[in-house]
Amino acid sequence: MSLYGYLTLAALVFAIGLFGVLTRRNAIGILLGIELMLNAVNINLVAFARFRADVAGLVFTLFTISITVAEVAVGLAIVIAIFRVRRTVEADRLDLLRG
Amino acid sequence: MSFWVVAAALVASSLAVVLTPNLFHAVLYLAAALVATGVVFLLLDSPFLFGVQLLLYAGGVVTIVVFAIMLTERLVGERIAQTSRYVVHGAVVAAAVFVGVAGFLIQVPLGGPRPPLPGDLTPVIGRALVGPWAATLELLAVLLVVALLGALYFARTED
Repeated sequence: MSLYGYLTLAALVFAIGLFGVLTRRNAIGILLGIELMLNAVNINLVAFARFRADVAGLVFTLFTISITVAEVAVGLAIVIAIFRVRRTVEADRLDLLRG
Repeated sequence: MSFWVVAAALVASSLAVVLTPNLFHAVLYLAAALVATGVVFLLLDSPFLFGVQLLLYAGGVVTIVVFAIMLTERLVGERIAQTSRYVVHGAVVAAAVFVGVAGFLIQVPLGGPRPPLPGDLTPVIGRALVGPWAATLELLAVLLVVALLGALYFARTED
């Protein structure tokens, strides 16, 4: 499979994740969509690293995976904190900052 | 051939993540999608990243998300069902992004065959991590500590 195949697959997964972020009401569901999008970016990085024979892409993938784990931990902690205060994680009802 | 099987599994499980009404099932489908991504890494001759993907994503992230669902929803029953809104708008925007990226892809010359593998890449990754990217690795360690301390602070009990 050529580089095009991997990049198209990554773009498709990215679009699916974006759809999830836009349509989910539950904050955890939105986080799952973000996970899919970040995952698609990792496919791109590894594919370019392999086809350009450059190890930097693999190192960057390691970095993005670690940053994603930190992002998920902080995001879910915020979700839990919001749930403690508002008793809901529906994104539509979290409009405290709406002017 | 194997690429198409893995790609179909990845797309199908990704669609299930964003379409299934049950949040807990969505997390299980996300685990399947993350493992399928790991297999894509294997197809790209990166067994080390496959291991990292399984340990950190499929193991760590899925576990944290399941715990968060347990704390905010009931795992069985009605409450875990989630609805979607603006499905048509979301589909249009997502399709537009995909068409935009795909249109860009067919314009740039990216052909070229896959270069031969120069041997096992895992030692090369290890040397790169403590060589040219040593400072970045240290920064990443600080970021992880700060993020996890922040998560602890956010999720602490009040008293």
